[in-house]
Amino acid sequence: MSSAPASNKIQRRPFVADLLKLRGNALVVPGLGSPTWDIFAAGDSADYLYSWGGMGLAVPTALGIALAQPNRRVLAITGDGEMMMGIGSLAVVADQAPGNLGILVLDNERFSETGRQRGLTGSRTDLCAVAKGFGIPSTMIVTEHGKVGELAKYLFESKGPAFAVAKIAITEDPWRLPEKDGATIARRFRDAIAVASLK
Amino acid sequence: MATSTEPTWPADVFREIKARDIKTVCTIPDGGLTQLLKMVEADAGMRLITLSTEEEGMGIVTGQWLGGTRSMIAMQSSGVGNCINALGYPTALRAPCLMLVTMRGQWGEFNPWQVPMGQAVRPVLEAVGVKCFPVDRAEEVGEVFAAAADIAFHGQLSAAVLVSQRIIGAKGFGQK
Repeated sequence: MSSAPASNKIQRRPFVADLLKLRGNALVVPGLGSPTWDIFAAGDSADYLYSWGGMGLAVPTALGIALAQPNRRVLAITGDGEMMMGIGSLAVVADQAPGNLGILVLDNERFSETGRQRGLTGSRTDLCAVAKGFGIPSTMIVTEHGKVGELAKYLFESKGPAFAVAKIAITEDPWRLPEKDGATIARRFRDAIAVASLK
Repeated sequence: MATSTEPTWPADVFREIKARDIKTVCTIPDGGLTQLLKMVEADAGMRLITLSTEEEGMGIVTGQWLGGTRSMIAMQSSGVGNCINALGYPTALRAPCLMLVTMRGQWGEFNPWQVPMGQAVRPVLEAVGVKCFPVDRAEEVGEVFAAAADIAFHGQLSAAVLVSQRIIGAKGFGQK
């Protein structure tokens, strides 16, 4: 049984907010639960595909968008549990090798939404090593807020696929619940892409 | 080019795929899908995405549709069992999800390990809201696929074509 990751200092809400300020026109695909609350708390945008379900599908969805929209940056932001559930999708990402896809795992080593039960990334499993093993050419690990600029450069500007892990603190954040109707979320997202492609 | 011993339904399905501008096929392969997957791979305008598990396909086809590209999933019936929770995802987003499923555990199956999932494919798909289009005659696969594709893309629904093992043939491993 691993103890609480007291060494993790990054506060997820201001960290995600500062990262998104640097996204340019990147499309953002958050995993269900906390990452969705985090990005909505930082401000609403039609470029965000909020998620309320489909655990394990954040990276496959972002991959599908990235391949369909090669001229847009796409960022998947998810949690460690969601990433583990879809971990094989990193092999698919490596195989398809989209240059415009970034993946960020907010890793608090816990299943936050269900009561902070321990996850699998707190003791022996190293997500960056896993990603490298699947064939993602480069990875980045971030352990302090001050690296957010460097992280943004890596996720939004380097040749992808890019894979980063941010070790975040266990925090008590208020729920910030965005639109829940998937048809509305999808319609708005598609319209935003179509409008942008006309510019 | 199909020879006299090769089935012609894969070419029929491929023609309907091209006619609808479906550009991506996600797959965990099956023996019965071999010819179709070869045609997709050989087409410079198409992309074949090999998955690590079938439910990734629900995310990828949803993402592709969000980005303006039509795509589909081709898999064996056993793979359907891996997808049940994931099938709620395109449904929630009203994204089309078109599946071509080659059946096992159904018609003269040799391997008893294939039977439970094979028999459960249609009830579980229907329970989670997928429209099922079973087909057991080779010459009808193309038109059934076309009908399923049209309801999926125009209705923004999930639809599965279930290609009977009667068409594919049971793998006997040389046993009597």
